[in-house]
Amino acid sequence: MLRTEPRIEDPDGFYQAVMDAHRGLDEAAARRFDARLALILANHIGDAAVLRQAVALAAATGEAPAAPLPSAPA
Amino acid sequence: MGFQPPRYPWHPPVAAREAAQVVIAGGGLVGLTLALDLARQGIASVLLDEDDTVSTGSRAICWAKRTLEIYGRLGLGARFLEKGVTWNRGRVFHGEREAYAFDLLPEQGHEYPAFVNLQQYYAEAWLAEECAASGLVDLRWRHRVAAVEHRPDGALLRVETPGGEYQLEAEWLLACDGARSPIREGMGLPFLGQVFRDRFLIADVRMHAPFPAERWFWFDPPFHPGQSVLLHKQPDDIWRIDFQLGWEADPEAERDPARVRARVAAMLGPKVSFELEWVSVYSFRCRRIERFRHGRTIFLGDAAHQVSPFGARGGNGGVQDADNLAWKLAAVLRGATPALLDSYDRERVPAAEENILNSTRSTDFITPKTAACHAWRDAVLELSAAHGFARPLVNSGRLSRPAVLADSPLSTPDAEAWGGGLPPGAPAVDAPMLRAGQPDWLLRHLGREPVLLAFAGPGVPAAEAPAGLRRVVVAADERVGTLWDHSGLAAARWGARPGDAVLLRPDQHVAARFHAPSPAAIAAARARMMGEA
Ligand SMILES: Cc1cc2nc3c(=O)[nH]c(=O)nc-3n(C[C@H](O)[C@H](O)[C@H](O)COP(=O)(O)OP(=O)(O)OC[C@H]3O[C@@H](n4cnc5c(N)ncnc54)[C@H](O)[C@@H]3O)c2cc1C
Repeated sequence: MLRTEPRIEDPDGFYQAVMDAHRGLDEAAARRFDARLALILANHIGDAAVLRQAVALAAATGEAPAAPLPSAPA
Repeated sequence: MGFQPPRYPWHPPVAAREAAQVVIAGGGLVGLTLALDLARQGIASVLLDEDDTVSTGSRAICWAKRTLEIYGRLGLGARFLEKGVTWNRGRVFHGEREAYAFDLLPEQGHEYPAFVNLQQYYAEAWLAEECAASGLVDLRWRHRVAAVEHRPDGALLRVETPGGEYQLEAEWLLACDGARSPIREGMGLPFLGQVFRDRFLIADVRMHAPFPAERWFWFDPPFHPGQSVLLHKQPDDIWRIDFQLGWEADPEAERDPARVRARVAAMLGPKVSFELEWVSVYSFRCRRIERFRHGRTIFLGDAAHQVSPFGARGGNGGVQDADNLAWKLAAVLRGATPALLDSYDRERVPAAEENILNSTRSTDFITPKTAACHAWRDAVLELSAAHGFARPLVNSGRLSRPAVLADSPLSTPDAEAWGGGLPPGAPAVDAPMLRAGQPDWLLRHLGREPVLLAFAGPGVPAAEAPAGLRRVVVAADERVGTLWDHSGLAAARWGARPGDAVLLRPDQHVAARFHAPSPAAIAAARARMMGEA
């Protein structure tokens, strides 16, 4: 089950680390960095159901056409 | 010595109207395989092909273990092994570096390797030769199916030859007429799926090169930046090279030999001299018709489904279609219920779906559709060099695996607990045997008829087969007249203990399995396997 309550230790520190990693990257390199990061985290999670829910949540939240989300957080 | 394409003799019509029980339209890979399989079971057929030779140009080269096992049963296995290039290893390169290598069949103890590479024309020429030698295949070269009238009791074909036309009444019409299938088009059956917006230059190149017999796949190599390249060895010093070109490429210009030579030279470097054997530009499709059986007209091979070649699933899938249909049709012609043929759809449609799914995913990886997809693809490749966890995501082709007929109506579900092994629907798996002290292989003994594979061991006899069912005994200990599973690999792979028995279909897929079965239980499963339940 995808956990959606706040869990990241030191959120500002994490956010800054990602921004720092992006510094100096052009558009294409930045995209690859984001993808690498997502892949590393996805592998850490591993569980197919959780990953599916994460993809669905990401798709439902952005400007992508809204997809119904089975377990959307309130 | 390279391959000399045969020119088969053709004959003008013998009568204005003829009739035949089984007509196979299309003498390509699948039609010839089907004709030979039927002939091996004593069933005669008329095979019509509009051409008078085998497939030319760059087509199938990779034959999977399951196909080799099928051809082994048809009597061609040794020729594939002898002439073909056996390979087990693939390498993936990204940019200037090797990302990783993989082994396809790390396991020993199979008669056939994971893959053999061989030009499709050899396979077709050997099949045609065996069909002719069988005396049961009426090979009619340069006989083109021009029109078909479908009827409840068969089909009426108008066949055109250079020596005039004739009508042919077929009780059963097996449409093996390829991706452009005029029979499919004539019936107006939609061929649904995806076309990929990409083009590939496929070159067969003759050269003496130091590359090993491995599948090499490059993403974004320095000699062909931004695109992918595949290199694969074939017999006769011929190498298959696929260059991804992108959708904008002009197919005419790309076929220009000078341009192709420049691409190949950039790849091989100045020291390797080569000759171009064949060059074509393809775009690829993954699609199928909804149902393969339409009454007494049945579709097989590319006429029924088409995939991109990255998983080598087109020809290998079509050969499995023929393997699946041939025994059922033979049984129906000998009195089994025609309902048995419905299982062809129930089994081969999901198999085609699986091939399409895998080929589509590979093509999506090789041809990313947007900049973001491209970034993900490259991210996977970047990670794969240093991190094993990313390698399963690299998709340069998921190579053909035999279908497990999971939802087959012919299977009897397990009634007891099994801790692994081969479930109903799975294809038989080979294992080394000793018979009277001589090395042998399990699959060689399964044949082309229903068979009960019965396991025995010290103090535990093999299960009895019901009347009329052939039995093959595999024993854990050495006995006179039985196969000895001296390595224990058969017991391990089949998950079987002494006293267990497996009912196998004529295509060597599992129909049912039992612990200490009664002949009545086996007989019930056999009836179901023949479409009677
Ligand atoms: C570049 C490339 C690489 C490939 N690599 C592989 C691979 O490595 N492994 C693999 O398994 N598959 C591979 N394939 C796919 C494989 O070649 C096909 O799946 C296979 O040829 C299909 O066989 P078929 O008999 O169904 O059709 P075909 O081989 O196309 O045969 C159809 C036959 O029907 C005949 N015909 C057509 N119309 C009529 C008519 N009206 N009357 C009479 N006869 C007619 C034609 O003359 C032809 O002989 C590859 C394909 C391509 C293009």
